[in-house]
Amino acid sequence: MLHYLMKRLAFGVLTIWFIATATFVGMHAVPGDPLMSDKAVSPEIRKHLEQRYGLDKPIMQQYQIYIMNMLKGDFGISFTQQNRRVNDIIAEHFPVSALLGVLAIGYATLGGIMLGAITSLYRNRWPDYLLIVFVVLGISIPSFVFASIGQLMILKVNAWLGFQLLPVAGWGSISHMIVPSLILGLGILAYLTRLMRSSMLEVIHADYIRTARAKGLSSQRIFYRHQLRNAVLPVITVLGPAIAAITTGGFVVELIFAIPGLGRYFVQAVQQLDYTVIMGTTVFYGAFLVLMVTLADLLYGLIDPRIRIQKVA
Amino acid sequence: MLISARLYLQSSLLIPLIISGLTSKAILFIMLYSMMNSEVLAGLAINSAQRSIAIAIADEPPDLSSLTTTDSLSIMILGHVVEGLVGYDAHNQLSPAVAERWQIDDKGATFWLRKSARWSDGKPVTAHDFIFAWQTALAPKTGAAYASILYPIRNAEAINKGKMPVDKLGVVAKDDHTLVVSFEKPTPYFLGLTAFVTYAPIRRDFYMKHANSYGAEAEKILYNGPFVIDEWVHGASLQLKKNPHYWRRAQVKLDTIDIPYITSDPGARYNLFKAGSIAFAGLNAEVLKDALKNRYKIRRFVDGVLFFLEFNHRPNRITANLNLRRAIQAVLDPDVLVNKVIGIPGNIPGKSLFPKWLKGVHQQFRVEYPAKEVERDYDLARHYLAQAKQELGLESIPPLVFLTGDSPNASKEAEYFQRVLKRHLGIDLKIDKQIFKQRLARMKAGSFDIVSAGWGPDFDDPITFGNLFASWNENNHGQYRNSEYDRWVAVAENTIEPQRRMAAMAEMQRILIDEVALVPLYERGTIYLQHERLKGVARRIFGGDPYFGFAYIE
Repeated sequence: MLHYLMKRLAFGVLTIWFIATATFVGMHAVPGDPLMSDKAVSPEIRKHLEQRYGLDKPIMQQYQIYIMNMLKGDFGISFTQQNRRVNDIIAEHFPVSALLGVLAIGYATLGGIMLGAITSLYRNRWPDYLLIVFVVLGISIPSFVFASIGQLMILKVNAWLGFQLLPVAGWGSISHMIVPSLILGLGILAYLTRLMRSSMLEVIHADYIRTARAKGLSSQRIFYRHQLRNAVLPVITVLGPAIAAITTGGFVVELIFAIPGLGRYFVQAVQQLDYTVIMGTTVFYGAFLVLMVTLADLLYGLIDPRIRIQKVA
Repeated sequence: MLISARLYLQSSLLIPLIISGLTSKAILFIMLYSMMNSEVLAGLAINSAQRSIAIAIADEPPDLSSLTTTDSLSIMILGHVVEGLVGYDAHNQLSPAVAERWQIDDKGATFWLRKSARWSDGKPVTAHDFIFAWQTALAPKTGAAYASILYPIRNAEAINKGKMPVDKLGVVAKDDHTLVVSFEKPTPYFLGLTAFVTYAPIRRDFYMKHANSYGAEAEKILYNGPFVIDEWVHGASLQLKKNPHYWRRAQVKLDTIDIPYITSDPGARYNLFKAGSIAFAGLNAEVLKDALKNRYKIRRFVDGVLFFLEFNHRPNRITANLNLRRAIQAVLDPDVLVNKVIGIPGNIPGKSLFPKWLKGVHQQFRVEYPAKEVERDYDLARHYLAQAKQELGLESIPPLVFLTGDSPNASKEAEYFQRVLKRHLGIDLKIDKQIFKQRLARMKAGSFDIVSAGWGPDFDDPITFGNLFASWNENNHGQYRNSEYDRWVAVAENTIEPQRRMAAMAEMQRILIDEVALVPLYERGTIYLQHERLKGVARRIFGGDPYFGFAYIE
């Protein structure tokens, strides 16, 4: 186990290094100039700005300095937000995205497992068809559509009630989180439902289910102990990347509901060529993704002992 | 936001989800809570008892240090919390601020500061605070993009270029409340410059305490304006409170300007306005229809920005040919662009580099010196085109590269230009859409034939537009070069007499139109909604817009 963990850790570090390097190269390959603003500056001022952000040095040296600072946990100062440290940006805004993401993924996972199980139980009957329609919609409609509609719904519901049931946008209390997290989790919910459905249908024909039936176990017990537990494995696999994706993919929802998450900085930094913020957020999310995938793998082993043994061997 | 009717129907799926997301207990609790606080919750946009309003902004203000800031959003916030020597009154005229009175001639200026002007910690604002701010903005290591706006002060340019120490700046404090400025050369528009944010005072001891983080947090800024930033949660909210030490505090009618929402989505801001959560919201074409349907009062404001087509005048470029430019101008119609293509009310078709609102000697500049009308004439255009082909020795004109932005509006405009040039001149336009910084980089490198450009004025004088086409201007991306034009710019910049200056400006206007240095497209108009009980909001071209310093709740 320890050996396995060490190996995973080594691969994780290598992956993050690769992400950092690829981002650095890609970022510098994009045409455009991070120090350019609508007000043209004189060459002298420009020289000083380049010095401040270390852009006056050769690119290999910039890379070296960057990686060294990153190892020390320092992502530098933002190009576009005067005097603001990238570390502070991540520390202040990631918890917001994470909270929203955890709420979204929490209900999406529970809901997905539940709905997936229901569809498989009612296969080819109307609850199955209804949910499948919902799943297709949930997967194919982008979140900005749901977000706009969700906001309009809040407006309409509030107007109909005559008082403010839920705030239209903003951040600060639990009532601000309800609709955005519902919308954020919708895609994952739909995806997990589909995944769970096919996985349940696969398991239903397995030998051990037939054995269980032959033993005379109640169908409830078969469903919970044997079917669900075995069918949930693929869900765990996608959960790791999904958590990472949902905390990064919240940009549109954050925008429409005026939520101060990290997603906005992540996207805007690329548009504004804010080198340090691009590097900081990408490396941070990369590390987060690696962590989540590793955790999912460990969890996998806990749920299914066979996998644990195989990996050690 | 594109929402089709079909999708809207499907959304009814969401209602049970929203409801099921709450337990019945929670619903009950929220209902009771909301009823108890219904006045507070429904009246967030304005609150007359607490004299507070709520607004939304599009982005986190990127730079709240008055020394280095350049963007309009930061300048809007700073316009409420810092104050320079002069400011703008409710009618957008220059008026006394920290300076009580002044005297300006062609050698320099003297400002007498009011003794009642205070920093937000209660200490007096002195002449030394202005000297410190100006010296710091000019110090090359500060890297202030707007340092050049201080160049009329003696030695400022040399200091900014690192050729002189900062203490050689031509400004002295005769005493704590008398500031004496000497000019590099006569500067007739100097008073207007001192209202610009880079000229705002900064106190040395406070700045030194936060040298590398000044402006990064609410408590790392010292205020001397009508408001202070009481709270700033990055990316989430700002709260401005009335400054108890402000010298004109009796005239400030609002106690709080709450900014609890930061979102660049105009649809979301409009929804917040509809919900009664904010008192002020800009509109775009997408939400305009709904706003009209709701019978909101739609207000208009011309924000001073001019949009135009800038040609690449570099000698190796085909657009350096005058007749080709004339042909292109003769087929483009700003009226059609404004009314049919953009379609949002409020924009004014462009006729000159100098917008309509600029002041001349006694009245508007364009009233005193009307711009020559350009005829839209397709036959004439084809005649110019034939001449251009002959001069260039070309059978046909190769496709032209049109550099533009990535907004939906930019695409609509580009398609209009493409269609018109193809239909009437047979010229192909290759559209090169780029995000802002890449577009700027391409403009600077000269990799375009025509670029869609915009210019917002920095101070209240026609020269802020006029010197844009001076050969030495860094923002002259098309590299238009004309020595006669440069001479007139010099006259307008360094003559005191208004009559001569405006005559020079008129010559500049004539040259630009005769030479088709640019094709003016439109003066930008914005449309917006304002809470019906909120009055006295100043919309202004300079000093930060919108301005709530004179606003009150009826």
